[in-house]
Amino acid sequence: MSAVSSVSASEGTSPDNPAPLIEPPRARTARTPKATRTNFELYGWVFMRLSGIVLVVLVLGHLLIQLVLDGGVSKVSFAFVAGRWASPFWMAWDLIMLWLAMLHGANGLRTIINDYAQRDGTRFWLKMLLYTATVFTVLLGTLVIFTFDPNIR
Amino acid sequence: MPAGTLYRGREGMWSWVAHRVTGVLIFFFLFVHVLDTALVRVSPEAYDDTIAVYKTPVVAVMEYGLVAAVLFHALNGLRVVAVDFWSQGTRYQKQMLWTVVGLWLVLMAGAAYPVLGHAVREVFGS
Ligand code: HEM
Ligand code: HEM
Repeated sequence: MSAVSSVSASEGTSPDNPAPLIEPPRARTARTPKATRTNFELYGWVFMRLSGIVLVVLVLGHLLIQLVLDGGVSKVSFAFVAGRWASPFWMAWDLIMLWLAMLHGANGLRTIINDYAQRDGTRFWLKMLLYTATVFTVLLGTLVIFTFDPNIR
Repeated sequence: MPAGTLYRGREGMWSWVAHRVTGVLIFFFLFVHVLDTALVRVSPEAYDDTIAVYKTPVVAVMEYGLVAAVLFHALNGLRVVAVDFWSQGTRYQKQMLWTVVGLWLVLMAGAAYPVLGHAVREVFGS
C-alpha cells in the first residue's frame, strides 16, 4: 500500500540532493537524430489536409469541365485548350492544380515508400526516383502553361 | 479470422487501403497526363492524335475508373480531415464513411452517361 511513498521518502530529495531532471517527452537534445530535429513531418501532415481541401474544388471542377460539360471528352482538342489558356483565370487554375496535386501526391508516395521499402538503399533510391519525376513533371507542366502558343503553326 | 493478419480490419482499415490505392493511381495518371498535355508545345496534330486515344471506348471505361478513384479519394479525404479536426470526428467516422460511399454511388451514377455515353454509342451504333 505505502510502497510508493516509502520509496520516495527514502530518496530524501532536498535542495542539496535534488531529484534528477527528467526531460519532457520528445524534447530535442543534442542526441536527437538529425531527421527528427525539425517539424517537417507535422508541416507535411498539415499540408496534406489543406491541399486536399483545395484540390476537391480544383480537381472535381476540372473533371466536370473536361468529362461532363459541353459534350464531355469528345470536345477536347488543341483548339479547345487554346480557348481555355487564353484566359489567365484558367491558366492560374491549372497552375495551382498542377503544383498542389503533384506535391500532395509526391508527399503521399513518400509516406508509402517509407512504409513499405525496408532496406535503406531501396528506400533512398525509390525516393530519388520519385523526387526526380516530381521535379521534372512540375517544371514541364509549368513551362507548358507559360509558353503555350496558340499560333504554333 | 486468425489474429494478427489484419490491422484492426473493418471500415477504418479498408477505407485507408482504398484511400492509399486511389491516391497512387491518381498520381500515376497525373504523370502521364502532364506528358500528354505537353504535346501542345509540339504541334496541334501531335496533341489531337494523342487525345484521340482518350475518346476510344476502352479508354472511356478507364476514365470512368479514374473518376471513381478521384471521387472516392476526394470524399474520403474530407472524411479524414473531419476525423482529425472535428471533435466528434472519431465517434462518427463509420457513419461518415457510409455517407462517403452513398455520395460516391450517386455521383458515379450521374457520371455514367456523360463519361460512358459516347463509348456506348460507338460500340452499339446509333
Ligand atoms: C480523363 C480525365 C481528364 C481529362 C479529359 C483532362 C483534360 C485536360 C485538358 C484538356 C487539359 C489542358 C488545359 C485545360 O483545358 O485546362 C488538362 C490540363 C491539366 N489537367 Fe487534366 N484532364 C483530366 C483529368 C485530370 C485529373 C484527374 C487531374 C488531377 C489529378 C488533372 C490535372 C491537370 C493539370 C495539372 C493540368 C495542367 C497541365 C500542364 O500544366 O501542362 N487532369 N487536362
Ligand atoms: C481531390 C481532393 C483530395 C483530397 C481531399 C485528398 C485528401 C488526402 C488526405 C487528407 C490525405 C492524408 C491521408 C492520411 O494522412 O491518412 C491524402 C493522402 C494521399 N493523397 Fe490525396 N487528396 C486529394 C487529391 C489527391 C490527388 C489529386 C492525388 C494524386 C496526385 C492524391 C494522392 C494522395 C496520396 C498518394 C496519398 C497518400 C496515401 C497514404 O499515405 O495512404 N490525392 N489525400
